[in-house]
Amino acid sequence: MSASAPMPVIERGTATSRIAAIATALIIALLAIAPRVLSAGAVDRMTALFIYVILAAMWNALAGFGGLVSVGQQVFFGLGAYFAIRLADAGLNPFAALFVSAMAVGAVSWPLSLFMLRLRNGEFAIGMWVIAALTHLLINLDRLVQGETGTSLISLNVYDAGPRRVTIYWLALASMTALLAVLFGLLRGSTGAAIRAIRDNEDAAASVGVRVTGTKRLLFVLAAFGIGIAGALWLATSITFQPKTYFNVQWTAYMIFMVLVGGIGTFEGAILGALVFFLIETWFGGTGVWYLVGLGATAVLFSLFLPRGLWGTIEERFGLRLLPVGYRVRLTGNPAALAGDGASSPPRQTIQHQERA
Amino acid sequence: MSLLSVENLVVRHGLLQAVRGVSFNVERGETLALVGANGAGKTTLLRAIAGAHPPAAGRVLLDGADLAGVPSHRRVGMGIALVPEGRKLFVQMTVEENLLLGRTARRPGDWSVDRVLEMFPNLKPRRHARTGHLSGGEQQATAIGRALMSNPDVLLLDEVSLGLSPAIVDRVYAALQGLIASGTTIILVEQDLNRALAVSDRVICMLEGRVALEGPSKEVSRDEVTKAYFGLHRKSGNVPA
Amino acid sequence: MSNQIIQGILLGGYYALIACGLSFMFSVMRIINLAHGSLAVFAAFALWLLASRFHVPPFLGLLIVLPLMAAIGWALQRFLLERSARGGALLPILTTFGLAIVIDNMLFEQFGADTRSLAPYIGSLSYDSWEWPGGIYVGKLAVIMFATAVILLGGLQLFLTRTRLGRSIRATSEDPDTAGLVGVDARRANAIAAAIAMVTVGLAGAFLGMRATFDPYAGAPQLLFAFEAAVIGGAGSLWGTLIGGIVLALAQTLGAQVHPQGFLIGGHAVFLVVLFVRLSTSGLGLRGLLRLPSRSAP
Repeated sequence: MSASAPMPVIERGTATSRIAAIATALIIALLAIAPRVLSAGAVDRMTALFIYVILAAMWNALAGFGGLVSVGQQVFFGLGAYFAIRLADAGLNPFAALFVSAMAVGAVSWPLSLFMLRLRNGEFAIGMWVIAALTHLLINLDRLVQGETGTSLISLNVYDAGPRRVTIYWLALASMTALLAVLFGLLRGSTGAAIRAIRDNEDAAASVGVRVTGTKRLLFVLAAFGIGIAGALWLATSITFQPKTYFNVQWTAYMIFMVLVGGIGTFEGAILGALVFFLIETWFGGTGVWYLVGLGATAVLFSLFLPRGLWGTIEERFGLRLLPVGYRVRLTGNPAALAGDGASSPPRQTIQHQERA
Repeated sequence: MSLLSVENLVVRHGLLQAVRGVSFNVERGETLALVGANGAGKTTLLRAIAGAHPPAAGRVLLDGADLAGVPSHRRVGMGIALVPEGRKLFVQMTVEENLLLGRTARRPGDWSVDRVLEMFPNLKPRRHARTGHLSGGEQQATAIGRALMSNPDVLLLDEVSLGLSPAIVDRVYAALQGLIASGTTIILVEQDLNRALAVSDRVICMLEGRVALEGPSKEVSRDEVTKAYFGLHRKSGNVPA
Repeated sequence: MSNQIIQGILLGGYYALIACGLSFMFSVMRIINLAHGSLAVFAAFALWLLASRFHVPPFLGLLIVLPLMAAIGWALQRFLLERSARGGALLPILTTFGLAIVIDNMLFEQFGADTRSLAPYIGSLSYDSWEWPGGIYVGKLAVIMFATAVILLGGLQLFLTRTRLGRSIRATSEDPDTAGLVGVDARRANAIAAAIAMVTVGLAGAFLGMRATFDPYAGAPQLLFAFEAAVIGGAGSLWGTLIGGIVLALAQTLGAQVHPQGFLIGGHAVFLVVLFVRLSTSGLGLRGLLRLPSRSAP
């Protein structure tokens, strides 16, 4: 073996990540046929899980990747439901209304972003909350909604309960898959490099020509669109629309909990966080107020002691990367040349792109 | 016992080692000049002595007491005052407020706002002006005055002449001469070699985080210092590529 | 109409009270405390508990609650915010938001969903009024509230400019690293600033309880009012906070004239309009908006 210098190999995936990709496809396929074996209640719970994953992934896209912590994302959740009500009332097919509504939410978020993205950090966070509060008040003025009395997506009742439940399940699964795929594609593409640059150092990114505001706007609109779908789907599962329920800051609290626990700024973390939240809700949701205290306390503890969340910590410890959105550089070459005096372990040094929230 | 001792001090900025095992002593009443190229580690060394930057290894001793783990604000109380590089005044506050802040540690001594204004008469009319609106010379005078207000045993001066016109630098150094004459112990970082040698008792030239040359200012030649400055003092064959 | 304007101005005193702690903490530590409103409601409940169970009148109860709030502020800074702020500018938002959820739901667990008020425990003060020239009646409580706000803001201003501790706090807010180099214990200065901020929150909570009703989830709207008043007034200046509070209250009063549900809408709307005008004229973003000096990098 010649004493050649180590050749760095730039990789996008690892063996683990290729297995993960196949596993992901399998899981989605299994989930798609699952309603055949699941009970009605289980189908509803799974639909809720998909919606949670959407919420977590979208909030993570905004905060973890765009550096924009919002405590007013419930505005898009509420608007998603409200526009669906309005569109269905205007005669649109209720299922179609769910998606047209999300597009309307995305469209509304664009002009909003022109204004809100000029705020920073805490100002942006509470500024969004003010927007949510104001939107809630304005929608209460709509005669169709009848204030806090609320209304229903009655046109959905023409479908039988069974097929309706499964259809909503599939729509939620498809929406989740599509949104995650879009996010994954964004993070792997050229925008992904810009996003990571902004996350690591916004000023430095701007100085080397990264379009900071444009990239943030993209994430803001994507998050609004995704959370809009989530709100519309939630309406489809529960039929009734009460502004107080949908414009509740609790939704943002859930998003923050899921992302903080799962791992802010990691693609997989948001999904893991949604799963954890789903399980906690299933087991402890019945304990009422203590459940909420527990969620808040867990968020505080994670922010103080494990700010990288579960996935971020796992990733750091074990260098594990299932769905790689970055690049890794592996040094290969003559093991003896690298190990110096003939150490037995082959040096497989991997320099990993450090993920920081 | 030396007033201040630095023993094998190592200071890191992340992965970069800015100071790599520096040792020296300063006696009471002595003036020590630190010279060296940009990035030689002088500012980091002063900040580590002042407690603004925790060392990775080594010790700083004041009157024989180890300062490990003592935060900067308590070091001021023990008699170490730094005039930081770039002056670092509180620009939203007036000259007088900046000076009064120097007295936070409440060390007993002679320095007062009036005495600082005696020393720097150019500050007198600016007493109630915000320091953000001052000229460079006035700002530097305020920064030195602020450090003096803590009645320090050791005064650390980081590039006090940076960005000032020669006439102003003369004025600042004339004021420093007064301090030196009164027996204040001083460590100063200075880019102007002639000035550094003229004002100090001893000189240390730093190169890439290490002491390259140390000697009494009266005895070392300008040539020797210049060689140490650029790393040419080492034996031939040992010169870094 | 002039009657309503005067009521609006006096209500602005309450908003200035609730805003000044938020704006003070932001200007010193650069942290927006999302648990701000919840802590005010906590103080109101503490006073209510003292009054209803132990027959301590609210004004006397402040002697217990305000020191308690100071201790809470000190502990909050030392054990939560200090650690959280080391993780960057975004983490404290999440920490304090989590804290708000904990406080709100603990209050709910302890006191239930009923709305409470301190009004029954302050006797005739809750409805007494003075007649001013021109047939205008102003509530005594509203006047006391406004006067408290003016005294508090003035006192805070004097404290910051005239005392050693005040200067230390200002120095820490401008540049904590250099503050340490001149002998200021920046951690202590921040903890004291947080304690002072929480005392103002305690006062605001007391007036919230006396002038209106509150329930365990009333913290969120108080946070929004505080934020809006602080931003309208420009968080950099304490007197600006008073102006901000008055503008917010007048806009709400005007909103209520236009539509029965217009009170809150008017407040939010004027906040957004002010924000929009400032952002589009300054071109600086919020740092310029709040007239804050840029902080030198540590």
